[in-house]
Parts: sequence; C-alpha cells; structure tokens
Amino acid sequence: MPITESDIEKIAALAQLELTDEERRALTPQIASIVNYVEQLNELDTSAAEPALGGLTGEGARTDAAREDAPLPSLGQTLALDQAPDPAAGHFRVPKVL
Amino acid sequence: MNIETIKTRLAGGELDARAVAERALGAAEELNETLGAFLQIDRAGALARAGELDADRGASPARALNSVPVAVKDNICVRGLQASSGSAILRDYYPPYNATVIERLRAAGTIILGKTNCDEFAMGSSNENSAYGPVRNPWDTKRVPGGSSGGSAAAVAARIVPIALGSDTGGSVRQPASLCGIVGVKPTYGRVSRYGLAAFGSSLDQIGVFATNTTDAALALSVIAGRDPRDATTADVAVPDYVSQLTGEMQGARIGVPRELFGEGLDADVRASVLAAIETYRALGAEVVDVELPHAKYAIAVYYIIATAEASSNLARYDGVRYGCRAEESRTLREMYRRTREEGFGVEVKRRIMLGTYVLSSGYYDAYYLKAQKVRALLKQDFARAFERCDAIITPTTPTTAFLLGEKTDDPLAMYLNDVYTVTANLAGIPGISVPCGLSQTNLPIGMQLLGAHWSESTLFRFAHAYERAQPFDARPSVMAKGEA
Repeated sequence: MPITESDIEKIAALAQLELTDEERRALTPQIASIVNYVEQLNELDTSAAEPALGGLTGEGARTDAAREDAPLPSLGQTLALDQAPDPAAGHFRVPKVL
Repeated sequence: MNIETIKTRLAGGELDARAVAERALGAAEELNETLGAFLQIDRAGALARAGELDADRGASPARALNSVPVAVKDNICVRGLQASSGSAILRDYYPPYNATVIERLRAAGTIILGKTNCDEFAMGSSNENSAYGPVRNPWDTKRVPGGSSGGSAAAVAARIVPIALGSDTGGSVRQPASLCGIVGVKPTYGRVSRYGLAAFGSSLDQIGVFATNTTDAALALSVIAGRDPRDATTADVAVPDYVSQLTGEMQGARIGVPRELFGEGLDADVRASVLAAIETYRALGAEVVDVELPHAKYAIAVYYIIATAEASSNLARYDGVRYGCRAEESRTLREMYRRTREEGFGVEVKRRIMLGTYVLSSGYYDAYYLKAQKVRALLKQDFARAFERCDAIITPTTPTTAFLLGEKTDDPLAMYLNDVYTVTANLAGIPGISVPCGLSQTNLPIGMQLLGAHWSESTLFRFAHAYERAQPFDARPSVMAKGEA
C-alpha cells in the first residue's frame, strides 16, 4: 500500500511532530522508499523463528539486575528543576492542558 | 602521544599532567576551526584536573590512565559540561550527573578535555546531521569523518587526544574509525554501562572507544567495562586484562571469511586491502576458513526497523517540559510539545521518529517490528554457527573510503547502506573492532573489521594487535596536532 501525505500527517500526529508542508512533501517519498526497502524481509520465511526480543546474550539474561528495594539519595528538587525551561515554585510549569 | 609515551614522559619527569593538558588543549583549540571536532573545549576544567593530578603525584602513576586526555562524544553526560547530543533541542543542556564511564575514566586518572561533535542523537553516518555543523576528515577536509561519532574520531586521528569515547548503535564508532584511519571498538552488548548515555536504540547502543592503536584501545576498554548496577542491561561477566592478551600469537587461530560480503558495492581498493590483510593473517599462522552469513544481506532492513522503532520511543522524552529547549508562546500543552519538537529536531531525527512511529503503529507491528525481530534472531543464529568454525570473522568496515561532504545527504537510503558491514554486530550483540589496513589510491585510510562471539573482546584485541605488529599503519592525516608523529 503506497504511503500518502495524509498517512504522513497521521504518523506525525502520533509522534507529536508538527511538520511544515515542505517537510511533509519531502518526507512522503523518502519514508515510502525506505518502507519499500525494508519490505524485502517479506521474502523470508520466519514462521519457525522466535523474535529476538530481549536476552541478546545469555549472560545478560542471567544477570540479576534487580537491586535491593531500599531508598537511596536522589537528585533533589533544586537539581531536578535546574535545567527546566519554565520552573515555578518547585514545579515544572507547562501551558494549559485543555 | 599515545598512552605509553605519556606514561614514559611523566615517569621521566619530561612532562607533568599540566603540560599534557596544555598540549592537548592547544591542539584542540587550534584545529577546531578546521575540523569542527569539538562542541566544547573545557580549558578551565582540564587544567584544574591536571593540577589535582600533579598535586597527587604519589598516587597518580598507579592509575591506569594517569594524565591521559580524553575527548567525549556529546551524547555522554559529564557533570558541568554541555550534553547537546548534536541537537538543537538540547542546546545549553548541562546534565547534573556523570555517566558511569566518566566516573570510571576519572578514577583511572584521565583529564576530560571536552565534548565532541556528532550526528544529532547519534543518527547518521557522516556527521552532517549535527545541529552545530559538520566535522571534517583530518585526511581531507572536503570529506566526512564518518559518523555518528565523527568528532571523537577526528580528534583522535588528528592526535589531539590519544583516546576518545563514542557510541555505536549501527557502526557509529567503527565506521568513523575506519574513515579516519584509527582503531575503534564496539564492545559486546552489556559490556559497558550506558548510564548517562542519551538513548537511541536501546537494544543496540553500546559505548565504545577510539584510539590510535590497539593497545590504547584495550587499556581504555579495560577501564570502562564491567557490570554497573545503574544500567540493568550490563551483564555480570568478568572483565579480563585486555592488554595482557596482546601476545601477537596467531598460531592455530581461525579467521572466518564471509565471501558473500566481498561482492557487489564494495570499492576495489577496500576489497584489495582487506584481502591482503587476510593473507597477512595466513602468513602469521592463522587458518583461514570460509563462513556463511546468509541473513547478513537483510541486516540494513532489520536495523532500520528496530533502530527507528526504539528511537521513536526513546526520543518521546524530549518534550520541552523538564530540560532542554521549549518553543515560546504555545497556548496548549499539546501545541507546546509539537512546536518544541518541530523546532528542536533536525530532519534526519524527524525522519527516523516518523519511520519508527509508522512501523510500531496499530496494524503494522507484526508486519514490520515483529518480522524484523525474527530475522534478527536468524542473523544471531548465523553468527553462532559461524563462530563454531572460527574465532573471529573478518570483513571490510565500510564499503568505501571517506566520501565528500554533501555527497549523500539527499539520499537517506544510500547513506544507510554505509552501515552494511557494521549493523550486524549491533543486531547480534557481538563485539567488533575496526583496524586500519591500508590506504586507497586516493590516499584515504581503509579499515578492516573483526567480529567475535559475545564477550570475545580479548580475542579481537589479540588478532588486531598481531596484524598491527605485522603491518604497522604509518600513514598520517594532513591535519594533525603540532609536534605529533
């Protein structure tokens, strides 16, 4: 199924991107061509393959990654807000939600 | 100066840490206009650190990397320095903590010289996707250094620093190392902590090192490798003393050659150099065996599904709320998100977020993401079978030598195909190293890649070192720090 500018518009909305008309026009054929390229995977029969989701190495999968559930020092409010674009009274201030 | 030279001169009293730092800072400042390798040069911090090391002369020599200047890719957090990741969205972002690799480098006695330029969020193979301008190749400044860790590669190639950190998601350490004529290592998935690395593709990303020679690379990896409770993906696997493995011994070693990767699309000079390297190994006593990687030709397709899917998720955090830039005067939260991301991200990052969002979107997940993960499993199997027959696989690192700035910027797919030899290691989680193995007729460096089974960095270093001893790479780039050999 060919990818259209309206598909690109929908994907941009899902990705919280606001594309310019120019960007949308440029991206449409590019995304279509990359999708077309990756579709070569369809020529492979993968019905017997288990997807490689996680556990890239056996040793990694066996490593107990959980630490003891104990409180540790954290960044703290001052440092956490230090890089915020619009901090206010100990909070991250944002424009209205609705 | 390599690490050995620094050590000898410190011991002989010819240099102190301050002099080492001054030299590196001078070179970085002088060459930055030409190369664009650094986004921030930390003169004050580097000199203060050198002062500490000089004041602590009793303890310092015992440290593995005493007074060694290091350059750090800008997507790795160093407290007090910027971490833009090459993106406008993180302009003036100063992280409040150090990455684990930085803590380890500091404990080993290094001097952090500054932050290096890179493709935005490590997405690119030419360093042309940085919001702060390109990096230029020290061998020919009309050419790209490779990417995404182009600044780190150029800084080491120009002998500004002996070692540098990069990150490698699909080849972003090995490919620029190859294009710049230096050594680049991508460790096994889980070998090095990624705490403090800006995430791109979480099942692919590893921090790696650049050096002018195998010994320095081995030393640097020994320092940064190992389990870190702050990164749950690091594995509990002992880290060997890599340097002690550099014996030059190749008798009985088996080198695997995947012949199908030496065909179409490979530059003739690159092919000839890598084939010559295989003959060098044979002459050193190694057995050369043919191996097959039947799914390697699908690697780019698999990679650009998995990497973009993971990126679209990881980059959702850049929303203008907690840190980084925010678009001015938005009326609603949603408008603020969208305008911030529209203004803050560059074109390649948007392209990948879009592609990743598409392949993960409702109705497409099985067709793309799940399918890619299945082919990834088949590729892993290819490697597992190949490593039953050999100790390391040799390939070119890149299909061509360094290309011209602007040559591939209009064709994203052509740019992606640069990574054809390197992405397989990230998909399979295996380690890889790129080592210089000659010059093209146009006087540009060529790199060969050695790939090994999980956790086999020692073997890769030993093989790389044996080659380096047999065929020393004496050529030097045209842009280099003064007084360096």
